[in-house]
Amino acid sequence: MKISIKSNLIIMLIFITIVLSAPIWGKVIGAAYPDLLQKFAIFALFAIGFNILFGLTGYLSFGHATFLGVGSYTAVWMFKLFSMNVLPAIILGTLMSGVFAYIIGYLSLRRSGIYFSILTLAFAQMAYSLAYSVLTPITNGETGLQLSQQDPRYLDALFGVAVSDGLPSTNFFGLSMSGYSGFYFCAVILIIGFYVSLKIFRSPYGLKLTAIKSNQKRMKYTGFNTRPYLLSAFMISGMYAGLAGSLMAVTDPLAGAERMQWTASGEVVLMTILGGAGTLIGPILGAVIIKYFENIFSALNTAELHSIFSFMPKFMENIFVFITNPFVGDGWHLMLGVLFMLVVIFLPGGVLEGLGKVTNLFKRILGFKSTKQGASKGESS
Amino acid sequence: MSYILEIKGVNKTFGGLHALADVNLQIEEGETHAIIGPNGAGKSTLLNCCIGRLIPDSGSVTFNGKNMIGMEAHDINHAGMVRVFQTPEIFPDLSILDNVMIPALAKRDGTFTFNPFKKMADQHDIHDEAMSILRDFSLDDFADHIASSMSRGNKRRLELAMGLIQHPSLLLLDEPTAGMARHDTNNTIELLKEMKRQHGTTKVIIEHDMHVVFSLADRISVLARGHIIATGTPDDIRNDPKVKEAYLGESEDE
Repeated sequence: MKISIKSNLIIMLIFITIVLSAPIWGKVIGAAYPDLLQKFAIFALFAIGFNILFGLTGYLSFGHATFLGVGSYTAVWMFKLFSMNVLPAIILGTLMSGVFAYIIGYLSLRRSGIYFSILTLAFAQMAYSLAYSVLTPITNGETGLQLSQQDPRYLDALFGVAVSDGLPSTNFFGLSMSGYSGFYFCAVILIIGFYVSLKIFRSPYGLKLTAIKSNQKRMKYTGFNTRPYLLSAFMISGMYAGLAGSLMAVTDPLAGAERMQWTASGEVVLMTILGGAGTLIGPILGAVIIKYFENIFSALNTAELHSIFSFMPKFMENIFVFITNPFVGDGWHLMLGVLFMLVVIFLPGGVLEGLGKVTNLFKRILGFKSTKQGASKGESS
Repeated sequence: MSYILEIKGVNKTFGGLHALADVNLQIEEGETHAIIGPNGAGKSTLLNCCIGRLIPDSGSVTFNGKNMIGMEAHDINHAGMVRVFQTPEIFPDLSILDNVMIPALAKRDGTFTFNPFKKMADQHDIHDEAMSILRDFSLDDFADHIASSMSRGNKRRLELAMGLIQHPSLLLLDEPTAGMARHDTNNTIELLKEMKRQHGTTKVIIEHDMHVVFSLADRISVLARGHIIATGTPDDIRNDPKVKEAYLGESEDE
């Protein structure tokens, strides 16, 4: 379902209200604590960026976690070397992943379709092994890159920032980036990121990217050099991932190689498809749904399942616990798999398409004229 | 008379098949040149060699004095040679309006422009141009429709509109009216004539429909088994015994 609201201003006002009121509506769904809300914002940003590549051009990158990792490592190094202020960290984290995206994109975009996906996956696995073992002096290998009291932090030293006893915490010009202030910082970045994505979607540049997805061959005969278009889209989406990665380091200043694992790359693909690829808010929805479910289901254990099903007769309770047990706790990915399967089979347009269908159904029940155009657009996007 | 497109000694083989054998063809500025010939004569291969989709084994293709062989498809487009495809190569997921706005954007923005912060809704020049060409093709009522939902005939007209909006100096048309209803065919002929009157666009047309060929063409070349067997005015071709034998007689009976 495409957003049919024409005015960017109205969309942005709605979006800002929803994002900033997250601590309030988070209470209703039991998600109102800053750690989880930060995750929502960071992964939403990651998915928005991924969607600019996958949703618009149709190129499915299977290695976007590389840029997430690059962003994190860069940010932590900035904290170690220069300052605990987050601004230089996120700026350099974004730029650095842009450089990586340029190199990987330049090489991978020589192929399209499945070959492109495999190339990006190969680069991601290479980056992972480099971070895990080869580049240990930079990445601190298995342990992960951490802050320490002995770090030089030249800029902080220069400005005479007081050295605390324990590990220093990240700050934004003195405002500590923990708890809700950390969330609001991520939220503001998310809002900016969403605005940029909205502009891209509605620009001639965005239209050309969608046209590449629709018929790349024709684009060439129409007089477009599709390579720079694809490369720039790849870089933009890599930079979004880098920004998300550096925000991870902002909220929790350490970086590990597992952030570049292929599962992390796969996760953002799931988020985007689950929510609705190629739509503006679909990927955000997908990111929130996955992180929310991860939070709920991975926390459940057998004892809690027993208490959930305790209203049933004892033997029924045991059967239900037996069935659901593999889907919770560490096995919550099984749950995610089932959810993903259902969405892809029944709602190829993602959750957003489902919402569109439900609203149309309600409109019909309530006697409104169902908007035919809205329905056909829902299928196409 | 200057030649806008000059094809000299072009050869192309596919495996053992000699698709084009030493083809020479000169297209004059402003003319409408039809290429006719039975199926498999090499007509589409010839067009493909001109727009860079295929690279001939030997020979040269010169457009406006520039060698076209080895040039990228998008550069050939910007040199002013635009092709309209036989099976519609539209953007199936986009609206009809977007389908014609994209070639207009190509004409205005060149091979690459990075403008993510401009609003598509503010591109009034492109929008107006696109709507006016859609009106010419009576497609303006469908402007918001998704292109893949169109009938085959409408897709063909859209395809033509996408070529025309770029105002090329040479338009290559591969069977522009195949699969169109008679009424639409006649409309298309009128549109192409009108375009010639207004812009003097040079056209090369591959066509099976002799009605279209004889109402549009200034000159006709006949291609048979990779060879050009005759080139001349419609009257010359009609009376050429070789052509009659190879092609025309059987086709007119159809």
